Amino acid sequence: MTSTSPAAVPGAGSPGPEKSDPSFAPPVKDPQKELVGRSPGRLMWVRFKRDRTGVVSACIVLAFFLIAALAPVISWLYGKDPYTRYGEIRPGLLNENKYPIKPNGGIDGEFWFGLEPGLGRDVFTQLVYGIRTSLSLAVAITLLSVLTAIVIGVAGGYFGGRTDYLLGRLTDLMMSFPNQLFFIAFTPVVMALFVNPQDEMPTWMRACVLVYVMWLLGWMTLARLLRGQTLSLREREFVEAAKVAGTPPARIIRKELLPNLVTPILVQATYMLPNNVTAIAGLSFLGVGMLEPTPDWGRMFAKGAEVYQSDLTYMFFPGGAMVIFILAFNLLGDSVRDAFDPKTGR
Amino acid sequence: MLRFLLRRSLGALVILLVISAVTFFLFYAVPRDPAMLACGKNCTPDALAVIRKNMGIDEPVPVQYWHFMVGIFAGRDFAQGACPAPCFGYSFATQDPVWQTILDRFPTTVSLTLGGAVVFLVVGLGAGMIAAWKRGTVVDKVFSSASLVLSSMQIYFVGPLVLALVVYQLDLLDQPKYVPLTEDPAGWFLGLLIPWLVVQIIFTANYTRLSRSSLIEQLQEDHVRTARAKGMSGRFVFFRYAWRGSLIPIVTIFGVDLGSLFGGAMITEWTFSLPGLGTLAVDSVRNTDLPMVMGVMLFAATFIILFNILVDAAYAFIDPRVRLS
Repeated sequence: MTSTSPAAVPGAGSPGPEKSDPSFAPPVKDPQKELVGRSPGRLMWVRFKRDRTGVVSACIVLAFFLIAALAPVISWLYGKDPYTRYGEIRPGLLNENKYPIKPNGGIDGEFWFGLEPGLGRDVFTQLVYGIRTSLSLAVAITLLSVLTAIVIGVAGGYFGGRTDYLLGRLTDLMMSFPNQLFFIAFTPVVMALFVNPQDEMPTWMRACVLVYVMWLLGWMTLARLLRGQTLSLREREFVEAAKVAGTPPARIIRKELLPNLVTPILVQATYMLPNNVTAIAGLSFLGVGMLEPTPDWGRMFAKGAEVYQSDLTYMFFPGGAMVIFILAFNLLGDSVRDAFDPKTGR
Repeated sequence: MLRFLLRRSLGALVILLVISAVTFFLFYAVPRDPAMLACGKNCTPDALAVIRKNMGIDEPVPVQYWHFMVGIFAGRDFAQGACPAPCFGYSFATQDPVWQTILDRFPTTVSLTLGGAVVFLVVGLGAGMIAAWKRGTVVDKVFSSASLVLSSMQIYFVGPLVLALVVYQLDLLDQPKYVPLTEDPAGWFLGLLIPWLVVQIIFTANYTRLSRSSLIEQLQEDHVRTARAKGMSGRFVFFRYAWRGSLIPIVTIFGVDLGSLFGGAMITEWTFSLPGLGTLAVDSVRNTDLPMVMGVMLFAATFIILFNILVDAAYAFIDPRVRLS
């Protein structure tokens, strides 16, 4: 496939032959023996595939995302939903103190993870839908934050001078907002901007406000890190060489700096996402995240902390799921780093 | 260096000013009666009238902001009485002076932070160094996997578990509480032992991971290889070359962590019901208690900024290539 002449490539946009494939310059060669230049991305993929921990944790992470995406299907197959208060409709599930009658939080063949103390909802579907809520929010926040961080961090670090000063102060300013506190304080305020306080806020709008506020306060750490990295990269010889050669800044950023920053960006993004998941969960734990009756991962911890003295089992499902998720994601982050950085041989 | 510190301190003042303005104006930008918002759910007309008067709600918002800022530096008079500088006003919920409340709550937060931070930094860095030094051996594997698992835990999950085990199952300690160190050192220590342990478990693991990976990265740097090639001893290279370089990300994260911990470790304090700044913040937000929110916000922000400056100054000591301009 690689040995075809440029003219034979269909729809190749007809680039000049000497421009398009200088690497295939030696004309006639056995196709099997041809040296194939592998792109860094391809190399990374090959290295990643060899890493068993990485692959396993990637599968676990993927499973969580699948669970989140397929929550309605799972709930349909399982035959229950996260809203119905089974304990209230059906007698014999909860005792007079609203705790499950059966041992271990009411686990049985019907309610796999037991029943929620109090309202008597099904814990399994609660968790599945809760994961769905948290993961979608966290993914949105992470994407927005990473993009913002790249723009601001690299620009500040590379251009230096006044740009760096202004962006640095902006970063400082945003970073100096105690973010959890800011978040708790301003979620009600921002929501009041959108909806009349008398009206019920639609769930999607609440989600948007959560994403917006956490994005606003989520990009600074990575931006600072990238700024620092860019700052020391800028002083490196190869960037200096590019500068001396008269390379325009945009090209230096794209070709010299960004490839060196891909590792921190990707690694940080894989750390950022679980952090966002736990941060959202923490907010729900404090009572300012998603509200009832929307199922939410973090709110399950709030409930668990209320009832742990009588029903410790309940806490184990959201907690265990979160530990597995975060652990898998951290391992994945490490593997991604190892795969990207050929210097970190084992 | 002095110029740098001076300039950054001035910058910090500006940032604090901006934060106070943003906080203040955002609260008033809402198309909602701020007195009503501040008054909370169980509002009576009397309480509303008092709040209106205290807020000076008939005045334009910038004037109110001006009064607030003057109050911080010069003190101001309230219906509750004169409020000496630094005056952040009186809580809408409890009518207590804000500044005094913050000062009352601060020792709890400081105890929690310092008790946790010293240990997690030292132990975490140490464990990370050992793991990097013995890289690939059993020691490294044990340290790395333990820190991985532990750093995946959450305070709101581990906290109740530890409480359920230590307090309710084994009955070893009482429910965590804060006793001032000056009153009863033993009670202070025992009361905070569980929160410290839980905070340390999670943070130590993070720092172990961070310092290990940072060290390993540094050990592959060219200058480290050069030093080795020159025949310097492994230990010297490890500490003088690699370790020093590995500190940059750690100092960054530590500054951020410490700054935000001083501002109140909300989740930790909430989990263990400790009366620190974090619980104060959550409570006052829930009561929409604006003066208290403003006070805690500015107080917490001051610490975060302070640690930012310290981190930047520390960069210059660690890595001479970083210029402070």
